[in-house]
Amino acid sequence: MRHIISLLMENEAGALSRVAGLFSARGYNIESLVVAPTEDPTLSRMTIVTSGSDAVIEQINKQLNKLIDVAAVMDLSEGEHLERELMLVKVSALGQDREELKLMTDIFRGRIIDVSDKTYIIELTGTGHKLDSFLQAIDHGLILETVRTGASGIGRGGRILKL
Amino acid sequence: MELTGAEIAIRCLQEEGVEYIFGYPGGAVLHIYDALFEQDKVKHILVRHEQAAVHAADGYARSSEKVGVALVTSGPGLTNAVTGIATAYMDSIPLVIISGQVPTYAIGEDAFQEVDAVGITRPCVKHNYLVKDVKDIATTIKKAFYLAKSGRPGPVLVDIPKDISNNKTEFDYPSSVSIRSYNPVGKGEIEQVKRAAKLLLEAKRPMVYSGGGVVLSGAASQLTELVRMLGFPCTNTLMGLGGYPATDKQFLGMPGMHGTYEACMAMQHCDVLIAIGARFDDRVVGNVEHFAQVPRKIIHIDIDPSSIAKRVKVDVPVVGDLKLVLEQLLVEFRNIKRKPNAKDLAAWWKQIDEWRVKGGGLRYKNSTEIIKPQFVIEKLYEITGGDAFVTSDVGQHQMWAAQYYKFNKPRRWINSGGLGTMGFGLPAAMGVQLINPGATVACVTGEGSIQMNIQELSTCKQFHLPIKLLSLNNRYLGMVRQWQEFFHGNRYSESYMDALPDFVKLAESYGHIGIRIDKPSDVEPAIKEAFSRKDDLVFMDFQTDPTENVFPMVPGGKGLSEVILSEDL
Ligand SMILES: Cc1ncc(C[n+]2csc(CCOP(=O)(O)OP(=O)(O)O)c2C)c(N)n1
Ligand SMILES: [Mg+2]
Repeated sequence: MRHIISLLMENEAGALSRVAGLFSARGYNIESLVVAPTEDPTLSRMTIVTSGSDAVIEQINKQLNKLIDVAAVMDLSEGEHLERELMLVKVSALGQDREELKLMTDIFRGRIIDVSDKTYIIELTGTGHKLDSFLQAIDHGLILETVRTGASGIGRGGRILKL
Repeated sequence: MELTGAEIAIRCLQEEGVEYIFGYPGGAVLHIYDALFEQDKVKHILVRHEQAAVHAADGYARSSEKVGVALVTSGPGLTNAVTGIATAYMDSIPLVIISGQVPTYAIGEDAFQEVDAVGITRPCVKHNYLVKDVKDIATTIKKAFYLAKSGRPGPVLVDIPKDISNNKTEFDYPSSVSIRSYNPVGKGEIEQVKRAAKLLLEAKRPMVYSGGGVVLSGAASQLTELVRMLGFPCTNTLMGLGGYPATDKQFLGMPGMHGTYEACMAMQHCDVLIAIGARFDDRVVGNVEHFAQVPRKIIHIDIDPSSIAKRVKVDVPVVGDLKLVLEQLLVEFRNIKRKPNAKDLAAWWKQIDEWRVKGGGLRYKNSTEIIKPQFVIEKLYEITGGDAFVTSDVGQHQMWAAQYYKFNKPRRWINSGGLGTMGFGLPAAMGVQLINPGATVACVTGEGSIQMNIQELSTCKQFHLPIKLLSLNNRYLGMVRQWQEFFHGNRYSESYMDALPDFVKLAESYGHIGIRIDKPSDVEPAIKEAFSRKDDLVFMDFQTDPTENVFPMVPGGKGLSEVILSEDL
């Protein structure tokens, strides 16, 4: 099953490679991994999307907790949570396609953030599923580049990951 | 007064009460060697290969409850140390390894003798540090010692660039450190302890399965008290030998690939299994699917939550320091004042005794013509009164030592269980002998393994380490040969040890005593003679039966009850 795991770790050189190394050494999947400092600059927050049997997910949580630099781990998928991913898509936008793409972007509540005489860059935020749907909805041949951040996640309401 | 980073590093070791360190100099650690030279509190043992430095620090730690320390230079010094570090990591041994690094301004430029020490060792250390500021040396070393010995112990590497070891700052050793992202556990959760106690009392066929954690946590006396109080059968893994006295009638021997028949069968057929500081290793429970075919409840006590429910499902997990959790359990049993059901327990012991008979005990066919390796270990046990520190290498000789030497005390049996590192035995024995001066230290080895770190005979000479080496020389990489005989149609591919040196002359050339023993009747006199020479290192080269195999055996991938007994008996 797919799981989304959030963790707080010391914002130190090498901390990221400890996590990445753990996943490769133990043969765990990484679908995506996002990391950036938090409001406390000594801490980074990482969101990992992975998949595996219940036993494997349990091990992943324990192994992450065992890393000395990791301060707190939360398996967001165990409760109510929100996920968002940011995507930037550069599309070929000529003639009739310009209207069509604008329309689709509006339907998906995206924004066109760059316009040239031949291209648009569309910005879209949402769940991974929504981003997939957008890519399917537009003419595949028009896509020049896509960049996705991978999912970030946060627990709803009182589910708070903090030190 | 300002001190250099190198002086600070040595002062830190003094503050930690480190008596011996094991190392080898080189460019990147010259400042540190300079600082060592200026003092005499921390004594340096110059090994002949960095792998041996780490194994020696490891043997020192295993036999003493202390943190072992090794010092190596950058590049090849560090890479040579990696096998030792991984060995300690797999067996959770507390070590601090200090490595030199190229100067900070040269890092990343493929400088002479540069390797990414932190990167190379990351998967085989508990934690590691690259020190980038001289002001951080003292706290980093303090943290390294704290991490190495607290929680589940393990090796910690501190990589110090050459310029950092020469920069100066005030020395101030912190009296304690805390790491906010690291909080090792102490006692177990009392609810879990109570559940465990209840389950144990309800058991009809209980079994105690204890591992290296008991030795590491210093919980042998608590384990022994608990097992005796309950009257349950007990097994110790290869890493846990000595955790429960081997000569006690409640002891079933070691379980697993070369365990006793009764230990394997009792592990398989019990209805409540309590695992204490053991990790259901593949060499212990064999095939986990086969193991799971028999329904049983499992209680697992361990300091590391990730060891629990890793390979088998666990019904009652208890996370905590074993010594404290076992004390909690003892209190719990005293409070509830109930005893296990005597009738059920008697029936279970009857079954176990039947297995003991069927298995026939550990046995081999002795000979008057050719030396049987098991006979050598039996004599070693007798002559040393069961009270020696015994280190070993890896192979058949290791299994025979584990089977035939009855360890009644923890920290006496020193071997590389998790990584299975040939070449461990001699350097480990050096560490053991240094921290236990005057103690009897034996190293059981094979003609293959000993050649992986034989250069250390020179270190033993320099530092007067009167280790007794017993080489069970079967002219084969015996354990490999055994597998080839059983599973590869007798094709002995590259397992014959040709062109062996004359070990007696070799020992003599290093300034030691060598004895070659060819006849069974010479075994006992030779061992007696060797151990009577209190001040000498004696290398005993036993010409043993090259065809002897280790039994019982649970073949790889098989289940515990599929154990094969000695075919010719
Ligand atoms: C460094 C290392 N290389 C290879 C092995 C694989 N191995 C395991 S046992 C063994 C044979 C050991 O031979 P010897 O030391 O003569 O012991 P014996 O089995 O003959 O008693 C080998 C090669 C190992 N454990 N460690
Ligand atoms: Mg051999």
